[in-house]
This record gives sequence, structure tokens and C-alpha cells, in this order.
Amino acid sequence: MERRKEFFSIVAFICGALVICFLTFPLLKMFTSSSLGNLVFTLRDKEVLESIWRSLYTAFIAGLISFLVGTPFAYLLARRDFFGKKIIESVIDLPMVIPHPVVGIAILSVVGKDYWFGRVLSGLGIRVMGSILGIVVVLTFVGMPFYINSAKNGFKSVPSRLEKVSRSLGASFFSTFLQVTFPLAWKSMLVGVIMCCARAISEFGAVVVVAYHPMVAPVLIYERFEAYGLSYSQPVAVLLTLFCLVLFLILRIFSMPESVKR
Amino acid sequence: MIKIENLCVDFPIFSLRNINLFIKKGEFFVLLGPTGAGKTVLLEAIAGLIPVKRGKIYIGGRDVTDSPPEKRDVSILYQDLALFPHLTVLGNIKYGLRFKKNNPVRAKKIMSELIEKLHLAPLLNRLPETLSGGEKQRVALARALVVEPCVLLLDEPLSSLDPSFREEVREYLKRLHQDTGITFFMVTHDFEDVLYLATKAAMMNQGEIEQVGEVSDIFQKPSSHFVANFVRAKNILSGKLVEKKGHIFIDTGNIKVEVTNCNLESGREKVYFTVRPEDIVISRNPLSSSARNLLFGRVQEILHRGPVLYVTVDVGEKITALITKASFEEMELRKGDKVFLAFKATAVHVFV
Repeated sequence: MERRKEFFSIVAFICGALVICFLTFPLLKMFTSSSLGNLVFTLRDKEVLESIWRSLYTAFIAGLISFLVGTPFAYLLARRDFFGKKIIESVIDLPMVIPHPVVGIAILSVVGKDYWFGRVLSGLGIRVMGSILGIVVVLTFVGMPFYINSAKNGFKSVPSRLEKVSRSLGASFFSTFLQVTFPLAWKSMLVGVIMCCARAISEFGAVVVVAYHPMVAPVLIYERFEAYGLSYSQPVAVLLTLFCLVLFLILRIFSMPESVKR
Repeated sequence: MIKIENLCVDFPIFSLRNINLFIKKGEFFVLLGPTGAGKTVLLEAIAGLIPVKRGKIYIGGRDVTDSPPEKRDVSILYQDLALFPHLTVLGNIKYGLRFKKNNPVRAKKIMSELIEKLHLAPLLNRLPETLSGGEKQRVALARALVVEPCVLLLDEPLSSLDPSFREEVREYLKRLHQDTGITFFMVTHDFEDVLYLATKAAMMNQGEIEQVGEVSDIFQKPSSHFVANFVRAKNILSGKLVEKKGHIFIDTGNIKVEVTNCNLESGREKVYFTVRPEDIVISRNPLSSSARNLLFGRVQEILHRGPVLYVTVDVGEKITALITKASFEEMELRKGDKVFLAFKATAVHVFV
């Protein structure tokens, strides 16, 4: 029994090492390929900084929209059972499983001028294709499921009896949400927003279809790679990866259980 | 104080049907019933926490059927207590005060009184996760009572406690009920709770009320076989109701027992009856008393229960009688001894 356990530990260790190598080796190679001078030079490039800033703020707007629209919906999914709930939950997960260019094409087919909705938007002077609005629409589309799922799990973890007691003590539904549900679920909501933003920052396939210009960082990286080769695209990629790393570090810290943090 | 008329609640796999209850102001009402009977559902329906399909709920003379929970003047205390984990004990107790438009001076006074009565002063700055079961219970009680509700709904508040805490909390509940005059509506399946606390009780089974009345009636005069079984009534027997020369008997097939005060028509094929063990006299020789039922048989089992004993005698049916230890020793009863059992016709409680 002991020997079997030992054997399993060795296998687990080897698998773990392989996974870590697989994940970090390409990234480390990319980081070490860009010299500090190159990085500083890239940081001074206005186009690069603008694209990273655009990636960040459009992703943040997507996170904000997901928070505002997704919160009541996530609460509903956590608290109520209704006919077709499983189907609705599958629909929410859809953007996570379909290929990214398909997302872009799907959005284009709705907001393009070949469709009545696109014509209505155009008539109102609202431009989606090749605009910041287009980027935000795409990023919200791909990022929102992450927020909704995380917030839903957060709400589910709050016993509904706490809310019931709060209501019986005189608090309205809204007060109960603010005083009881939110303080106990805010971590999951924050994690959801961060995951939504992180997913939005990394989006390329759908953005490139809907809004090649103005360029977000992944599109710029792709363009530089296509036009000038690997060495020109690497520093931009390193900078974007650094930003993503910071975001995910924050995510990990917030999602850690209290006891571990202490 | 609480009036429930023809209340129906529908869930996909469970429903409450035609619940009718009337609970007077200041009463300590207990709802008894097995797990899954619908007790908590009824409690939550009164609190407005689940939708009602049909019927009316009145609290303090006001129709609250369509009112949201926060407008019903009802506090609820769950079995798991549901203390807010992110608030301190003081935060929990004060929680309801910000929503109730009570006089702040009075609210503060009531809060101080509750903190004192329930010995919560040393706990005020602690978080619920650091409290013992009994302490949590006291905090939950203070939180529920500080808002001065018309009704306090308690969902098996003692079942999760250790026996030592249970005694303590039971005592608190009794004292708080007496001091505050608030109507208490408690769900339980613990007989000790009922006997110690309740002024009135109801028995629930499969979403319906089986019997409502004085606690003594439920225990001594169960209205159905289910209630009799649930309250662990002894000597539950069944037979056919027959009339002979103006007297009514129940014929079990093995014995005939005379009954009075029976409103059921004779000829009924199956009725149930119970006789309380303490109403049965056991003797070596036939008694010349007013008891209309005299049965003869052999002692089959003797169970010692402290100062009393349960003696089961096979008289054709197995009937258990209660005797004191002194009588038992005086009679020198042994298993297999021949004895007589006597009980009055009025001691036989008949139901269907």
C-alpha cells in the first residue's frame, strides 16, 4: 500500500513538472528573448501604449457592463429554479466554447448593414464595426459568462435562510441584498469581474473580425508579427502578458480562503 | 392574533392543503409532526417567505396574505439560527432596528434588557463562528425579539442543541414568552418541548392539520391513528363498534371493551381506541368497583421506569398498565402471573 502511494506521488510529481514546463517554457522564452532595452523602447512607442490602454479600458468597460447586467441575472440563476434553466445556463456558457472568429462573425451578422438591426443602428449614427463600441460589444460577449458563473456561485454560497431572516427583521429585498448577500458574495463577484476583464484583454479572434481598428493590444501584436516578424511582436506581447499576470495574481489573492491568507 | 383560513401552498413535490388555525394573542403554540409533514413550509408561509396558492393569513387582525415579509411584523428563528456571519453579535442583534421605525429610546432599552436577560454582554464583539451552540441560540433570540414582533416563529430551535443547552434554552424561551407577551409559534417534534412550553398545539401530517387543541387533548385524546402513534400512545387497539342493550362496545375479535361518549354510529367496521396505562387498575382478584371493563390474563412483560413500572398483560390483546413501585412490590408480580385489569368505560378514547 505504502509503495503504491509512493509510486502515485512520483507520477503526480512528474506530471506536475511537465504541466508547469509546458505552461511556462514558451512564456519564459518569450520574456528572455526581449532585452530590457527593447522593452523600454517598446514602452515609448505611442501606438503600443495606446493599444494596451485600449485593451485595458475596453476590458474594464466589459467587466462593468457584465457586473451591472449580470448581477441580477446571476442572482436569479442562483436562487430560482424555473423551466428551461439548464438550457439558459448552457446558452450563457456558449461564448466560452465556440471558436472566437465565430463570435465575431455572429456579432457582425447582427450589426452589419445586411441586417435590419445593423441598419437601425446605422440610421441612429451608431457605428459598431471598426469602433471602440464594437470592441466593447465583443469583449462583453466573451467575458460576461465568466462574471455570471462566478457571481452565481457566490450567491449560491450565501444560505437563502440568511436573506429570509433579514426580510423577516424588516429589511426590503434590496436592503437585504446590500446588507447580507453582497457582503458575503462580493469576493466571488470581484473574482468574476477580474476573470471577465482578463478574458476580454486576451480576446483576439472575435475582435479582429469586428474591429481591426482601432487596435487593441492582441491585434497590434498580430499585426507586428505579420508585418515585421517575431522580434518586433515579442516586446508588446511581454508587456501585455505582464499586465495579465498582475490581474491574475490579484484574482488568486482574492479567491484564496481566509484561513490560507492568514 | 394569527388566523389562517383554507391555506394552500403548492410545490412540485409537496403541498399544504386547507390549513385552518386560530392562535390567540400571547399563546405559546406548538406545531408537531414528523419530518416532511410541512411544518417549516407553514412557518415560512406565515412569514411571507413562500408564495401562497389559496387562502388567507391574518396577523393581529390584518390580512397579510399579500404583504411582503418585512411588513408582517413576524420574526423567524431557524433551526440553524442563520446568524449573519459577517456581523458581530451586537451587529446581529441591532440588525432589525434600522428597518423598524420604533422609538429609538425604547428600542435601545429593549435591546439592553434582552442583552441582560440573555447574558450576552460579554459576547457583543464576537463573531458568530466563535460562539457555542447555546450562545448562538441566545443571540438569535435577541435578534428576533429586539424588533418587538407580533409573532415569533421558531423552527425546531432546540433540536440542534446538546441536551444540557436544550434545558437552558427551553428555560429562556419560557421566560421570554412570559415576559414579552409575544405570541410564540414553534415547530418541534420533541415532546418535552411541547409539554414544558406549549399552551396549545396542533399536529400536522403530509401537509394537513390532523388535530388542534389543548396539549393534554393531543396526548390523551388523539383524534386519529396517526396522532395516537405519533404521541406514542400505548394500548392502541382496533375493532368493530357494536351496540348491545343500550351499551356500546368495541369488539376486537379477542376482547370486548365497553365505551361511553362515543359519537360514532355502531356497526362501524373499524374504529381505534386507546386506554392510558395510568387509567388501568391491575389486581390479583377481580375488583368490585364501578369500572365497566374487567379483563383477565397473564403478565407478559414488566418494564421498570424509575418510580413506576409498565406491566403488559395478555388478555387476548396485549394491554399495558402502569403501577407504582410500591404496588408492584406489594403484589409481588412476576411474568406469567394471572391478573385482572379493570378500567372505566369513560377511560376508553375512541377515534377513527
